[in-house]
Amino acid sequence: MSDREPRTEGRGDSGRILYCHCAYAKVVPVETKREVLEQLGASGAAFEAVPDLCEMSARKDPALARLCAGGSESAKLRIAACYPRAVRWLFHAAGTPLAKGAFEVHNMREQSASEVVAGVLNQEGEPAAT
Amino acid sequence: MNTHPEPASSRPPRVVLYEGRGAAHLKAGRRFEVLHELLEAGYAVTRPAPAPSLDHEAAVTESHGEALIVLGEFGGGAPRWEDRAGRAAIEVVDLAHGDPLDRVHSSSEQDHAPRQNGWLPWFPVIDYDRCTNCMQCLSFCLFDVYGVDPEGKIQVRNESNCKTNCPACSRVCPDVAILFPKYKKGPINGDQVRSEDVQSEAMKVDISALLGGDIYSTLRDRSQNARKRFSTERDESKALLERKKCLKQLKKDLDIPDEVLMTLPSAGEIEERARRAKEKMEKRKARSKSEQDRRSATTEEWGI
Ligand code: SF4
Ligand code: SF4
Repeated sequence: MSDREPRTEGRGDSGRILYCHCAYAKVVPVETKREVLEQLGASGAAFEAVPDLCEMSARKDPALARLCAGGSESAKLRIAACYPRAVRWLFHAAGTPLAKGAFEVHNMREQSASEVVAGVLNQEGEPAAT
Repeated sequence: MNTHPEPASSRPPRVVLYEGRGAAHLKAGRRFEVLHELLEAGYAVTRPAPAPSLDHEAAVTESHGEALIVLGEFGGGAPRWEDRAGRAAIEVVDLAHGDPLDRVHSSSEQDHAPRQNGWLPWFPVIDYDRCTNCMQCLSFCLFDVYGVDPEGKIQVRNESNCKTNCPACSRVCPDVAILFPKYKKGPINGDQVRSEDVQSEAMKVDISALLGGDIYSTLRDRSQNARKRFSTERDESKALLERKKCLKQLKKDLDIPDEVLMTLPSAGEIEERARRAKEKMEKRKARSKSEQDRRSATTEEWGI
């Protein structure tokens, strides 16, 4: 059994979470990725984790449509990846644009792991870029 | 090496890491280990909330055509899963029996295992909020990465033709509209574009200086001085020397890897490409005026 109980407090809405592992490049600090993934797993929150959004965008992977569907202003898709501008246009390039105001991106290249986790779990903190 | 991205039809299965009803709740370390291993190997993972709820069913049955593998510690009594839409094959793999990655690999059809061809996802992404459709990137790129859609809008057409680690076209874009998300520095990596970036000469490269001729007519306004200089240098060895100097500068300014510099086509070939590109653009503009051609243009290819 678990060494930690599921923790879902702090979720202000039922938005979905997407974690990008940036598996094919070393641009996201390994430690940040590790901590974010660990903490997300321990949080009890449901999430989707993908190996590399860039690679999915290049393949125009239909899974991107599934991932960005259902986001809304009141239940945003919260993405842990890199720069918001990059993430937004990667989805667009795949033909599955993210709806304005229906997503937010937390940047693992710039923010600390705890800031990113707090952001995607919608806990206290600064609003993220959309 | 930059080989082609796999088509979406051969995409790998998605793994659902299941800890709900009928499965054990994993220890945090074990959960991380499994997630990390799968992601590193190129598998997408859905992690439904651990408490039994309808979410589990939804996650498992939400296939969009991809095969699903449900992974969990089932204690010998693995539940059966079905795709509600009947589209996906769902395989249940017990984490307790052997290495999870081996199990997932062996459950995936051979052709659909991820990272089959080692393509590195390095390619330009256009920020259409900034792009003015000036086509400089199309004229500049020597590897057919860019194309034009039936409405005459620039687009990235052949991602896999892009040379790994070469961000050169982002440096010729006058509007800083080209991103390489895996580039080391901003604004090319997607970081905010500041007004200094748009004006910065470090972002702008006079490519015509490299080739010593009036090749990129769309770059004319920024190449006046360079062309004047070259027109007075008819001496071949001088021109060669100048070209070498430019190559060095280009490598420094644009961060172009040696491998790409080595594969640059000859000036003649580039000239021919630019001529063809211009011709196609002009033809396209003329044709798009006609209602009839607008209808038929949807199927036309505009790669140059
Ligand atoms: S979207 Fe950003 S974090 Fe994700 S793979 Fe691309 S560069 Fe890496
Ligand atoms: S060079 Fe930049 S602004 Fe011009 S078409 Fe290409 S992306 Fe758009």
